[in-house]
Amino acid sequence: MDEEKQMRVIGVPRRRVDARAKVTGQTRFADDIFLPRMAYCKLLRSPHPHARIRKIDTSRAAAHPGVYLVLSGKDLPIEYGILPVSQDEQALCVDHVRHVGDPVAAVVAREELTAFEALDLIDVEYELLTTIADPEEALATPAPRIHEYGEAGNIHKRVSLEFGDVEQGFAEADEVFEDTFFYQGNTHLPIEQHAAVAIKDPEGKLTIWSSTQTPHYLHRALAKVLQMPAGHIRVIATPNGGGFGGKSDPFNHEIVVAKAALLLDRPVKICLTREEVFYCHRGRHPVLMKFKTGVKKDGTITGMHLQTLIDGGAYGSYGVASTFYTGALQTTTYHIPRYKFQGCRTFTNKPPCGPKRGHGTVQPRFGQEVQLDKIAEKLSIDPADLRLRIAESSNAVTANFFRLSVVNLAECIRRVVKISDWKDKFRKLPSGRGVGLACSAYLTGAGLPIYWNKMPHSGVHIKFDRGGGVAVFCGVTEIGQGSDDVLAGIVAEVLGLETFDIRLYTGDTDLGPVDLGSYSSRVTIMAGNAALQAAERGKAIIAEAVAEKLEIPKERLCFAEKRVFDSAAPEKSVAFAEAVCLAEARFGTIGTMGSYTPPKSPAVYKGGGVGPSPTYSYTAAVVEVVVSPATGWISVPKIWIAHDIGRALNPTLVRGQVEGSVYMGLGEALMEEQEFRRLPKKLSHALVHKFPSMLEYKSPTSLDMPEVVTELIEEPDPRGPFGAKEVGQGPLLPIMPAVANAVYDAVGVRIDEVPITPEKIMKALAEKKAGREPRFGPSHFPHVDWPEALRVPPPWEGGDGHAVNDAPRTAKRNAEKEKVLSS
Amino acid sequence: MVTITFPTESQKTAHIRLTLNGEATDVSFAPYKTLLEVLREDLGHTGTKHGCELGECGACAVLLDGKPVLSCLLLALECDKTVVLTVEGLAAEGKLHPLQDAFADLGAAQCGYCTPAILVTAKALLDQNPKPSREQIREALSGNLCRCTGYQQIFEAVEEAMVRIAGAQNG
Repeated sequence: MDEEKQMRVIGVPRRRVDARAKVTGQTRFADDIFLPRMAYCKLLRSPHPHARIRKIDTSRAAAHPGVYLVLSGKDLPIEYGILPVSQDEQALCVDHVRHVGDPVAAVVAREELTAFEALDLIDVEYELLTTIADPEEALATPAPRIHEYGEAGNIHKRVSLEFGDVEQGFAEADEVFEDTFFYQGNTHLPIEQHAAVAIKDPEGKLTIWSSTQTPHYLHRALAKVLQMPAGHIRVIATPNGGGFGGKSDPFNHEIVVAKAALLLDRPVKICLTREEVFYCHRGRHPVLMKFKTGVKKDGTITGMHLQTLIDGGAYGSYGVASTFYTGALQTTTYHIPRYKFQGCRTFTNKPPCGPKRGHGTVQPRFGQEVQLDKIAEKLSIDPADLRLRIAESSNAVTANFFRLSVVNLAECIRRVVKISDWKDKFRKLPSGRGVGLACSAYLTGAGLPIYWNKMPHSGVHIKFDRGGGVAVFCGVTEIGQGSDDVLAGIVAEVLGLETFDIRLYTGDTDLGPVDLGSYSSRVTIMAGNAALQAAERGKAIIAEAVAEKLEIPKERLCFAEKRVFDSAAPEKSVAFAEAVCLAEARFGTIGTMGSYTPPKSPAVYKGGGVGPSPTYSYTAAVVEVVVSPATGWISVPKIWIAHDIGRALNPTLVRGQVEGSVYMGLGEALMEEQEFRRLPKKLSHALVHKFPSMLEYKSPTSLDMPEVVTELIEEPDPRGPFGAKEVGQGPLLPIMPAVANAVYDAVGVRIDEVPITPEKIMKALAEKKAGREPRFGPSHFPHVDWPEALRVPPPWEGGDGHAVNDAPRTAKRNAEKEKVLSS
Repeated sequence: MVTITFPTESQKTAHIRLTLNGEATDVSFAPYKTLLEVLREDLGHTGTKHGCELGECGACAVLLDGKPVLSCLLLALECDKTVVLTVEGLAAEGKLHPLQDAFADLGAAQCGYCTPAILVTAKALLDQNPKPSREQIREALSGNLCRCTGYQQIFEAVEEAMVRIAGAQNG
């Protein structure tokens, strides 16, 4: 049967299921919830970047009229954190504050202003500690420690992995390139500030509504910190007013309002100010990178050694995963036969970094793609042709044992080259005008869950009712990306309905089966496949009953246009609602379930859990820039981008994700930075956020946004629902390096650092004029005591995915083997 | 430390009368409140959002006597005898405004948080200039930050609404 011709919903550009709510202002975000007797919470935050709390006295605040409750660290001492290996946060700091903005106390009052006012009545005595501002300082300053755990001193995590003998790779190369890059940190800046409302429900259990991307992980953190059975906690993720990764951690403010609601037995709300959102952060890690890459004259890569030094900020957050991600995906775009990766994340006294769109892979992708541009120039090969020569192909297994599925990187390159008239522009445009090309790959869902378990990553229930109603229950969280529309589209397609016929109950830990959350571009493939399975199962039950009624073989039935037809004799049919009734009469109440677990990865070495994915999306982009040699001002008139999507479930939303990624990438490329500065010595010398406001944290406006031409490459991937792959993050990645490469094409200077500002261009132009290296960027990579690398021979050297020198793991494996043999 | 004492919510001593989405509306509130706060907290109109409460993001835009204003920077006390339009007032007679329809059809709302303000700002533009150029649309919306869309589908939706409005008027 030709599935293509049958599709009525999938692949058709259409209004998303939740569009009406959004354009009428009826979407209920967390701060739109107003409940009777609701009290308001505000947090007192540390004004110091690093200090011990000597004494905290909340008595004056507690006595203030209108104040119901004051909490401090001792009320919520249990540590939590998103990763099991980094349980290093406390909802309110007990005795140690680690960045400006770390919360130390909370006030709950009848009115928000009263709570705000009472914050001034809390007396805290601090003992100031040495402040650590960046990773180099962290390496040089082992004490005082920001945390008592981690590798040593203020090093949080070090990673060292080697896949094949990289030195041998360099020995075989015709040219070896060494480049150092710096990627500045930046933040998500969702327009919605984080908010949460908690209640003790009438039965005495806890319900919390929150703008979270990960209700399941919040659920676990609440159970741990509040020491309540998870079954007595209900987390409802309200639609997020933008997430981009910034609402993926369990947050202190959520835990505080939950505790307060339980103590007060009344609803408690918190909504962060914009300044506080900057302190929550969890944004892009600043990363210093050193790439050493060996190539043959024809551009073939013989080996790559990447080192990353990562500024983690004050807490673990996703940092251990982020550290691995700074080295994981280099191998997924181009064939790299030998690869060594060393990463080091340090703690610093700044708001914690975490996952932002492209999580940890954005920074090294920038370095790799800019270095490739330099390599292409040195080898006198067109950068597009160079990439085409070395692009990975479908079903490859990489040096670090990631199994690729459908790979259409080469097609993406060919497409952008064509639509941008690359061949007529590259190195041919007048001075001051240039084009740059870059590529990327991204996960379609993390192959492993955040906490180790063997359960599905996503589950879907479907309830069929006698009126023909179809209700879909799933834990997925709508952050604007269109997860509800993905579910509705898939279920409607299978059952021959319209998306408007599908009712959705999502983001609620009580109602739907677990979905791990809206992160790692996992929702379409995981919840989508679970929905597909549940819908197919429902369809099979209904078909059985209808076939009996129509007295035809069930294989002949076709579900379309809200009816169930005999495909051989279309006049023989029943309405969908009637079909459900037939099925219910035959089998009893109709409900089906589906679930999804990613395939097992061959990357079984320690650290191989970060990077595997059921499949990867690919993107290529060409950016055109105009650079003023007089001012360094950069404008971007046009961007062309081709994205390997597998299949666009709803092309309208897919295009929106591509353009939104381009936009966010352009912001990172040109202006966005989370910067810090020290206050003058005579004040406190504290390290403070340079500009925790939207006006000063520059992001592109409607006037800055260029025209974007989007092309989708659609070859269905057998692992995706209807062949779909991710689109929410991948298209961001090529933008920054493409801008840098275009700047070089325009004015002949290399800006090896993001953001690429006019000031940096002017400095590089001055270097060029003075006859020095026409470049702006970091010049050295500090010494790090790297641990011995785990050596994993790549597949083509007979490797089996295990490290040859990981003694504890080998011993464990041998013991398990013996156990199997002896039983 | 100096303690600043704010008047509290219970001190609803201020009072104004305005026309809100076509309806004569009386409201009492604490005098320090902004129009944004009064709309959301005292009048239950939560369609208007906030992203900074400092006039930086544009998410709180409403139309005041037909002109886009940032409701977080305006004291409600200044709005006596004015006509205020919010997203809740865009649809009429059970039908979405063409801008709302076009935004829904063309993917101009992703998370939907900046959408209410962009819709009313776009309405002010089309009311004043029924055939704006792309550049004029960009200019009119430059005070409204959107982090999801990259703006392109928003521009296209405004242009589509423009065509639909013209079509409805001519037809």
